[in-house]
Amino acid sequence: MKTYVARRLLALVPTLFFASLIVFVTVRLIPGDVIDLMLSQNDVSASKLTRDQLVAALGLDRPMWEQYGRWMGGILFRGDFGQSLWQSVPVSELLLARMPVTLELGLLALIVALIVAIPIGVYSAIRQDTTGDYIARSFSILMLAVPSFWTGTMVMVFPSIWWGWSPEVRFVPFTENPIQNLKQMILPAIILGTALSAVSMRLTRTMMLEVLRQDYIRTAWAKGLSERLVVARHALRNALIPVVTLIGVQAPLLIGGAVIMEQIFVIPGMGLLLLDAVYQRDYPIITGVFLVVGVAIMLLNLVIDLSYGLLDPRVRYR
Amino acid sequence: MGAPILQVRGLTTRFRTDRGELTAVDDASFDVDRGETVAIVGESGSGKSVTALSILRLIPSPPGRIAAGEVIFEGRNLLELDNASIRDIRGNKIAMIFQEPMSSLNPSLSVGIQVAEPIHEHRRTPWAAALEKATELISRVRIPDAQSRLASFPHQYSGGMRQRIMIAMSLGCAPSLIIADEPTTALDVTVQAQILDLLKQITKETGTALMLITHDLGVVARYADRVIVMYGGRIVETAPARELYKSPRHPYTVGLLTSVPRLDGDTGQRLIPIDGQPPDLARLPPGCAFAPRCRAAIERCHHERPKLEPVSPTHQKACFVDANLVQ
Ligand SMILES: Nc1ncnc2c1ncn2[C@@H]1O[C@H](COP(=O)(O)OP(=O)(O)O)[C@@H](O)[C@H]1O
Ligand SMILES: [Mg+2]
Repeated sequence: MKTYVARRLLALVPTLFFASLIVFVTVRLIPGDVIDLMLSQNDVSASKLTRDQLVAALGLDRPMWEQYGRWMGGILFRGDFGQSLWQSVPVSELLLARMPVTLELGLLALIVALIVAIPIGVYSAIRQDTTGDYIARSFSILMLAVPSFWTGTMVMVFPSIWWGWSPEVRFVPFTENPIQNLKQMILPAIILGTALSAVSMRLTRTMMLEVLRQDYIRTAWAKGLSERLVVARHALRNALIPVVTLIGVQAPLLIGGAVIMEQIFVIPGMGLLLLDAVYQRDYPIITGVFLVVGVAIMLLNLVIDLSYGLLDPRVRYR
Repeated sequence: MGAPILQVRGLTTRFRTDRGELTAVDDASFDVDRGETVAIVGESGSGKSVTALSILRLIPSPPGRIAAGEVIFEGRNLLELDNASIRDIRGNKIAMIFQEPMSSLNPSLSVGIQVAEPIHEHRRTPWAAALEKATELISRVRIPDAQSRLASFPHQYSGGMRQRIMIAMSLGCAPSLIIADEPTTALDVTVQAQILDLLKQITKETGTALMLITHDLGVVARYADRVIVMYGGRIVETAPARELYKSPRHPYTVGLLTSVPRLDGDTGQRLIPIDGQPPDLARLPPGCAFAPRCRAAIERCHHERPKLEPVSPTHQKACFVDANLVQ
């Protein structure tokens, strides 16, 4: 088990190396140049410098491979992700400030997704083809079909038109006031979570139907167990294994969704940071965000692989 | 002997299929006495499992339903009990062992939990005590080192060992009847006798009645007190085991017996005895279901259905043909 984790972590190294290389290069290929942007904005710092001086000051005159080498070296040896091109702030500082917010939103959305998907999926399976099952399935199709950015926008717009209510715009960090913070986060988390729950709900239902046909479920009935125990103790655990896998597959979707929700609800997470950075062609921030998100997704998938062992005793980590 | 522990009367179970509704068990009536071993024999598809599952109301519905009959156990008709009361019978008063040991145990629960579960649920015994009882049961089915086996999982066991665990599981609440549906069919020939000996020995010691479903005549000869022969969903003959071997009265039973080289032969002898195909339950002939394959069949057999009638106080058959001709 320990060696398995060590090997998995080691395997991350080449993956991350290639991922970072691709991100580093492609970001610089985005049409539009940060220098033109700076000069056109008559930025105070820019106006005093000529174009060449600006390029040199930002270190963009070096060959690409050298820029990459410095950047990677900084991360590896000093945990330094470079400086923002616009504000002279270390990127690592920005990342550290924004990451917990996005993590919180993602985690809340995931919890909402599971709370919605698993009970409804199970109910749908054990009451197959009843009215309740049809309602649950229609609901999940609806959730699949309606994009969450649309739901998010509607939630922002209509309550304020009808009741003059609008979500708090000034963001309160969790550490400052947890209740106020959760009040702000819960709406985007619910919108994102229900959107994600559609697929897991269908998978839970399918897997439950499959598991409920197994011989060992008949054994459980023959032991005189109640439906609640047959479902909760004997069926659910076996049905959840693929659902857990699905969560890993959906992780990038979750992060993509978080970016959109942050934009709509003005939540200062990594999504908003990334979006602003892309507009401003702030390369170090863009690459930093991608790198951190990549690591997060890979770690999440490792955790998911490890959780199989809890669900299925046949799994051996080698 | 006293009153029978189980009385099945007119049990009829039907399945809805895409080829119409078929009758998997048709008007079956039989008794199981306290502590006796009753074997149900018949080719595959003759309705043995459906009979067993109907007794505990474990027929999947849809597509199945118990259309008629009574199952009297301890003075109550199991088919009329509410859900809570039938649950109180299952795994407690009547336990069941299934054919497929590889798939009948839950892969994600430990062996200890699975064996202790009926004790915990029916007796309200705390888990710790139930697990202790499970240890006893596991050593009772002759699995060595029972204590350390509690935390193991089914995939760590062979088919024979799993069937032992199924037996241990069935014993937890000291049931008065165990229904074993082909408990050894899926196992190696060498293991089959061990499992059946174990089952026989334990039921004898505890005075538990055993309904042993099999399509293996060697098993019947060695273990059963009484035999019920099924064909096409109907009981065609029933008699004490010795008597059935000595003087079978139904041509189907005769066919079964003559296909076995030695009456008390080794287990493992399968029933593929008589020319022709087993009947299609969705397209049964109007008369005797066996008539199309029967060498002794007379005109009447093809359009009239024979009823189960006594040949002697303990022996019944469903056949129009004179017993002497059958011999
Ligand atoms: N779940 C089911 N759905 C439809 N038909 C079934 C089902 N289970 C059993 N049957 C029908 O009942 C017949 C008898 O089955 P079964 O009792 O399992 O035979 P066996 O004597 O081999 O145990 C089968 O041939 C099949 O036609
Ligand atoms: Mg069967």
